[in-house]
Amino acid sequence: MKSKYQLGDDAADALREIGNIGAAHAATALSQILHQTVEMQVPQVELIPFDEIADVVGGPEAIVACVYLKVTGDLSGNMFFIQSLDSAKQLTGEVLSEVKQVEVLNELEMSALGEMGNILTASYLSSLTDFTKLKMYPSIPYISIDMAQAILTIGLLSDAPMGDYALVIHTSIHNSKAMEKAHIFLLPDPGQEVVLLHALGMEIQK
Amino acid sequence: MIHKVGMADAKAAKDGDSLRTLGLGSCVGITLYDELTKVGGMAHIMLPVSNVDKEVNPAKYADTGIPYLLEMVLSLGAAKPRLKAKIAGGAQMFANAHGLEVIRVGPRNVEAVQEALGKLNIPIVASAVGGNFGRTIELDCTTGKLGIRTAQYGESVI
Repeated sequence: MKSKYQLGDDAADALREIGNIGAAHAATALSQILHQTVEMQVPQVELIPFDEIADVVGGPEAIVACVYLKVTGDLSGNMFFIQSLDSAKQLTGEVLSEVKQVEVLNELEMSALGEMGNILTASYLSSLTDFTKLKMYPSIPYISIDMAQAILTIGLLSDAPMGDYALVIHTSIHNSKAMEKAHIFLLPDPGQEVVLLHALGMEIQK
Repeated sequence: MIHKVGMADAKAAKDGDSLRTLGLGSCVGITLYDELTKVGGMAHIMLPVSNVDKEVNPAKYADTGIPYLLEMVLSLGAAKPRLKAKIAGGAQMFANAHGLEVIRVGPRNVEAVQEALGKLNIPIVASAVGGNFGRTIELDCTTGKLGIRTAQYGESVI
């Protein structure tokens, strides 16, 4: 099944820049919390078939720790801050200055993880607002630790005009220590990329 | 042979084969099985009701996906009066998420699936729905058993 909907190169570049600005601010925020250097990769902008969306984070059944925030306002969409369970334990351990050697995250660690997702998302979105003048309001952070695909589905639930594809603006970040890659995803709701591109002064080609 | 059923996808298979779908969260996996001919089918629906856009994939919605799956198993030789359904999924993945409409989609999917099967007079003989965890399911077309795997609560067979 081929998507009838294609993203032009200019549009992809513009959206990649959105990801760049947002993720850079999010990485800076994380760096300030951790007092460490945080590196980020060049964002990717892709139309990904639903079935392949979890592959970026290790496959449909990979167990991940995810913070999800619903975005409303001039732009509606979904933000995910997602990483392996080990990585999440390490990250919360650094923030709380204690790493416990147990398999699951306790209540305090869950709360810390949610707050990190909150801060990263707020940094990401507020830099986008500065840039595009679009107002965006994140929900409170929701946390789930489970199979990647089961979690990510929540960002795919609107009726997509482009078929079973999602527009994903994806950046991965990691700190200089052992923290594995953490991923920041912005999934605009279907059709919302037009809003983003308009705000950047671009017309979308159909 | 194991046939992989993707998201918003449906497939049917015969004796000796299995059907598997990974990582059901709020989505619902529906299986139809005919014990006599050992024909089975599996659909992975994402949303309860299809919109007016006719070009959409029928397997994405409960209301269109179940009749679509029914046609598939009938074409492999299943007989409708013998079909039994099992369903799994429909979880609410973010347990603390009250008031966010999109979070409620799991339970609404389950209701829509039950209604669609009811309309077709296909009995639901087993279900593993709800909760706040993901499920991977596999239907063995030789036995009609549905295996369920979870991240936190182990494995079971219904």
